[in-house]
Amino acid sequence: MTFRARHLLGIEHLAPEEIRTLLDLAETYVDLNRRTIKKTDVLAGMTQINMFFENSTRTQASFELAGKRLGADVMNMAMSQSSVKKGETLIDTALTLNAMHPDLLVVRHQNSGAVDLLAQKVNCAVLNAGDGRHEHPTQALLDALTIRRAKGRLHRLTVAICGDIAHSRVARSNLILLGKMENRVRLIGPPTLMPPGVAELGCEVYDDMKAGLEGADVVMMLRLQKERMDGGFIPSEREYFYRFGLDAEKLGYAKDDAIVMHPGPMNRGVEIDGTLADDINRSVIQDQVEMGVAVRMAAMDLLARNLKAARGAEAAGVMV
Amino acid sequence: MTLYLSDARIVDPAAGTETHGNIVLDGGVIAAIGDMGPPKGAEVIDCRGKCVAPGIVDLGAKVCEPGERHKESFRSAGLAAAAGGVTTIIARPDTLPAIDNPETLEFVTRRAAEASPVRIRHMAALTKGREGREMTEIGFLMDAGAVAFTDCDHVVTDNKVLSRALSYARSLGALVIGHPQDPGLSKGAAVTNGKFASLRGLPGVSPMAERMAFDRDMALVEMTGARYHADQITCARTLPALERAKANGLDVTAGVSVHHVTLNEFDVGDYRTFFKLTPPLRPEDDRIAVAQALASGVIDILCSMHTPQDEESKRLPYEEAAAGAVALETFLPAALRLVHDGTLTLPQLFRAMALNPARRLGLPQGRMEQGAPADVILFDPDAPFVLDRFTMLRSKSKNTPFDGARMQGKVLATFVGGQRVYAADTVAQAGG
Repeated sequence: MTFRARHLLGIEHLAPEEIRTLLDLAETYVDLNRRTIKKTDVLAGMTQINMFFENSTRTQASFELAGKRLGADVMNMAMSQSSVKKGETLIDTALTLNAMHPDLLVVRHQNSGAVDLLAQKVNCAVLNAGDGRHEHPTQALLDALTIRRAKGRLHRLTVAICGDIAHSRVARSNLILLGKMENRVRLIGPPTLMPPGVAELGCEVYDDMKAGLEGADVVMMLRLQKERMDGGFIPSEREYFYRFGLDAEKLGYAKDDAIVMHPGPMNRGVEIDGTLADDINRSVIQDQVEMGVAVRMAAMDLLARNLKAARGAEAAGVMV
Repeated sequence: MTLYLSDARIVDPAAGTETHGNIVLDGGVIAAIGDMGPPKGAEVIDCRGKCVAPGIVDLGAKVCEPGERHKESFRSAGLAAAAGGVTTIIARPDTLPAIDNPETLEFVTRRAAEASPVRIRHMAALTKGREGREMTEIGFLMDAGAVAFTDCDHVVTDNKVLSRALSYARSLGALVIGHPQDPGLSKGAAVTNGKFASLRGLPGVSPMAERMAFDRDMALVEMTGARYHADQITCARTLPALERAKANGLDVTAGVSVHHVTLNEFDVGDYRTFFKLTPPLRPEDDRIAVAQALASGVIDILCSMHTPQDEESKRLPYEEAAAGAVALETFLPAALRLVHDGTLTLPQLFRAMALNPARRLGLPQGRMEQGAPADVILFDPDAPFVLDRFTMLRSKSKNTPFDGARMQGKVLATFVGGQRVYAADTVAQAGG
């Protein structure tokens, strides 16, 4: 078993072996979560603080549930209504919380790199729950677990990620993870929503759904991030749906057994046809939510083990 | 006081030569260069074969007075400059308030003269409040000593306003300095578009934003006949346009900051805000192209773009952090990297750092010849050190991207008007 990371800031810093370790552990939590009694005590006595500078319902609920099922004391802080409004800087907020001795800090922030910055200033384990357009590691890990369970493997698959790539941290983390696990990644979207130079990161770029979906094993749709649109990326939602929205016809270009994924929340009729999203034979969207809790439990479990080991070593006077 | 610098490796940027000899500084000017012995009563400084060159004329350093004296003052900037071998600071007008009227200019001129051991000359804003709406009193400001006119990183977007300001400046022979960045394309950008920006999830700007803005400025320069300098050309794609403008006989020069020829976008690494600059650092291909343009003379001037920022404005998420880096004291050692890697010769470097800026602004500095102002520096181009930003910098702000970097090149002594304004400890002992 290998997992050395002190924080989970991004997929970029994880080795393939660490990803495998985490997913294997998550499998055991999937089983636990399906029982009536879902509680363990691996985080008993530890404090988890969820700091969401950007509003979130699903991710925050998932982290909260994960922490509670592992026995941690969980506190949620809705940062958008707090002292940040009074002008406190990110670092001061972090130092204030750090003084309360949390063990796990789950952070979402609207700026890329903000969670990295915060992690430098605290002495607990930090989990990135999404920073700007940079990374959203637990989303990529839960997607990986979903794919692995549906397809029986997490390598040599053709995965098409479609939609608003430019504004998506989910796309970046998935691109990196799927690349590390030796899959073929295609990005499909209008050029206005494609980050420049992304082809150099080892993926294929398409602006046509038919060509891009040809032979895909996995079709991953992204939400059109309306709140991030500072104007004029697409002519209209209806043209976007016509050209890039996933419906039964476009899905027909992919393999017959291709699965459909979406990180949620969905804009039905904008990037995905509602009927397709609900099709239990193709859509694994609900599985993704279930895997989310298990993957976050695994991540916090592993980070807590490393944290305890590091603190134990520190107490014994050993350099780590 | 007469000074006699003996056993010097003399860098002459105008002649493009490095020669061995002695120099006499007397009456505020370089009195003699050659094999002659020491004049009677002169203080002898043994250079021990180290380099003597014209002091750096730094076009476009920000001093932060008035308005942000906690970041830098004329005193701290002057001391930093003296230690860095900068004998003339050409100060930017992007202060609070902007230097956009003769009264403010007279105030800063007086403050600078009182507080700084090195020469400080001032630029003035091109438009009032740097707002791009009405031109400043260019005539009065020139009479009060403004050496050039610029709105710094505020680009004048209204073509009519800029064309009028350029026409008016031409009638007075004033130099206008532009910042070629298309404001629409570069809005909100923190890095240069490309693989690195995409990987880090940071908003980027295309290098084309520089080309487009430069092309626009060239059209207006062609229309008005104004004297124009582009403060920073940092992209390979702008260079052909610059060459073309020069070949067409436009009165155009261009500069680049030392950071853009010694660092690239990957130095930003994990969101290191001390590397956040305006314009942002570029890919390595651009860095190489621009450094070569500096060697060939297509780019005329190398400057520090010294921009002090306090710790608070840098300890923020990358997108929100302030841009800019202090550079008066790291300018020479950083620039010497281009000499050590063979891109430039020492005379070429001092042509870009001293002679060309002085020439462009009509100043007598930057020359190593008899009768030129005795603004010279003695330095060891090879002396190695590791920079520690807290113990080694005299600037009030410590926002240098070179913290912890291995550098080569130390200033041993700085002379302004024949007076020694800085001496490293070793020289003070040796010179006696």
